[in-house]
Amino acid sequence: MRKGQYRFVAGFLFVPVALYLIFVIWPYIQTFGYSLTDWKGQSQTFGFVGLDNYRKLFQDDVFVKAIWHNILFLVFIPVVTILLALFFAFMLNAGGRGRAGGVQGVAGAKFYKILYFFPQVLSLAILAVLFNAVYRSDGGGLLNGFLIKLGLVDADRPVEWLNEPNMVLWALLLVVVWHGVGFYLVLFSAAMQSIPRDIYEAALIDGASRNQSFFRITLPLLWDSVQTAWVYLGIVAMDMFVLVSSMTQNMGAYGGGPDHHSDVMSTVMMRNFLYYGKSGYACAMGVVMLLLTLVLSVVTLRATRRERIEF
Amino acid sequence: MSAPIKESAPAPAGRPVTKVPVRPGDRRGEGVVLNVFSHGFLALWALLIVLPLLWLVLSSFKTDTQIGGSAFGWPENWTFDVFARAWDRGIGDYFLNTVIVLVFSVPLTMLFGSMAAYVLARYRFWGNRLLYYFFVAGAMFPVFLALVPLFFMVKRLDMLNTYQGLILVYIAYSMPFTVFFMHAFFRTLPTAVFEAAILDGASHTRTFFQVMLPMAKPGLISVGIFNTLGQWNQFILPTVLMQPQSGDDPERYLLTQGLIQLQQQQGYASDLPVLFAGVTIAMIPMLVVYLSFQRQVQAGLTSATLK
Repeated sequence: MRKGQYRFVAGFLFVPVALYLIFVIWPYIQTFGYSLTDWKGQSQTFGFVGLDNYRKLFQDDVFVKAIWHNILFLVFIPVVTILLALFFAFMLNAGGRGRAGGVQGVAGAKFYKILYFFPQVLSLAILAVLFNAVYRSDGGGLLNGFLIKLGLVDADRPVEWLNEPNMVLWALLLVVVWHGVGFYLVLFSAAMQSIPRDIYEAALIDGASRNQSFFRITLPLLWDSVQTAWVYLGIVAMDMFVLVSSMTQNMGAYGGGPDHHSDVMSTVMMRNFLYYGKSGYACAMGVVMLLLTLVLSVVTLRATRRERIEF
Repeated sequence: MSAPIKESAPAPAGRPVTKVPVRPGDRRGEGVVLNVFSHGFLALWALLIVLPLLWLVLSSFKTDTQIGGSAFGWPENWTFDVFARAWDRGIGDYFLNTVIVLVFSVPLTMLFGSMAAYVLARYRFWGNRLLYYFFVAGAMFPVFLALVPLFFMVKRLDMLNTYQGLILVYIAYSMPFTVFFMHAFFRTLPTAVFEAAILDGASHTRTFFQVMLPMAKPGLISVGIFNTLGQWNQFILPTVLMQPQSGDDPERYLLTQGLIQLQQQQGYASDLPVLFAGVTIAMIPMLVVYLSFQRQVQAGLTSATLK
């Protein structure tokens, strides 16, 4: 390559690489170093404490509990969201009245897609305010108000959705599902439409029912998208910071209540960092979150690996 | 039974048209049942999406006592006063702050991201592969991993609670995805056009800006939408980086952060209509953007996931 070209390449790469190094890569690397210190953040002096932070971390009941909450989200958020999204995608794409090909989109499919997808463009902050109002612990809340109308809940003793230890995680999970179903529906729907029609026609001639054609043709050919969805929802489940910190009772700061029953790793970490000022300790939590995320990705990709079907 | 109806004409209710000869009643019955069933579920979920949103918007026209009383009271306070109040109570400032940040961060993200992606996709040089993976690897790590040192890095640069600080951080954190997607896009562009431009004596820089970048427009739009939504809805970075640093440091909250702030204040001041009006104001631009670019938004967000 000529010299001028080198200069051009270097010139184009300089700013992006510099920004990326300063604000992303270097902090990532520093976290590992700081996680081995007792740094408090305010002073520039800190001592090396080896793996002490990590040892403390796994004796910290709050953090261990938080890991379990993340794991619960990790299992249920993807399962519920993907099942619902697949169900609706199937209804949209094959729920129409029977015609040639056996698969026929339902009338108004486009309208449904536009509507279902909308929550995805709203910020989680908006969702937090919305669902705080929905989950209000008196008759003024949409959910309680509705259940009181139906006679399922006593008007004098409405359910405190976000304050019941056994309820709060499920209440948060519902918000995530509400937010995500439309997005994955559109994703699956696009994948379904890219499946050639003649495959369905062939199946129909062979006498396959709708359900058979869904489970034997559609689902196997969608597997790649399901796998992607699983990884992305897993990342959502590992985060959960916005909803937990702004919808649940504060345990000092950044939600987590009642009595740490809704704490997740991210809220515990932020509390230790910004509220207690334990920077070194918070860094150790960040490293644990990274390791769990990596384990999650590897496990998901391994567990869902199928032979790729080309069509 | 096969009435001569054109392929494209909608079949009348209860009289499905079947082209493939099957035993009568068999497939038809299945179709009708499934049709009713699916419409039922689809409509139910549609209601579950619309009702809470509509209810919240309507609630901003209620009085505070009404909101606390029953969920189903019809609003009585039909004035737009509450929106003006919400705007003055901070929503206006938060809104402007968000716009100021995004006006710079999104175009600059696209510019720097495309420049890096272009060079990596179309030029051979030592370390090319390595640099590409270096960029893409960032997408795998949770932002929480970097948060603590990032805070002190921005602090050392004296950019905490400044627009420029947040803009630079947004650009940096949007790099992995932008580079990844644009890289894939630049690879698909034909080499012939590039060679023609160079033969005509255009410089590499000029070729990029006047030939290659315009050709990459569809990719730029998808990634641009993705970045705009992502940065508009970002919460954790402003929460950490945009806190007033001293008593006389003005508040520069972004919209997401400000809404949560307002919510926490309303807990004590008990002026919920203002909070709901604030949320309504925050939803409007999203609704407008979404409805006008609905196809691109869906395509942009989902293709971003698929690639």
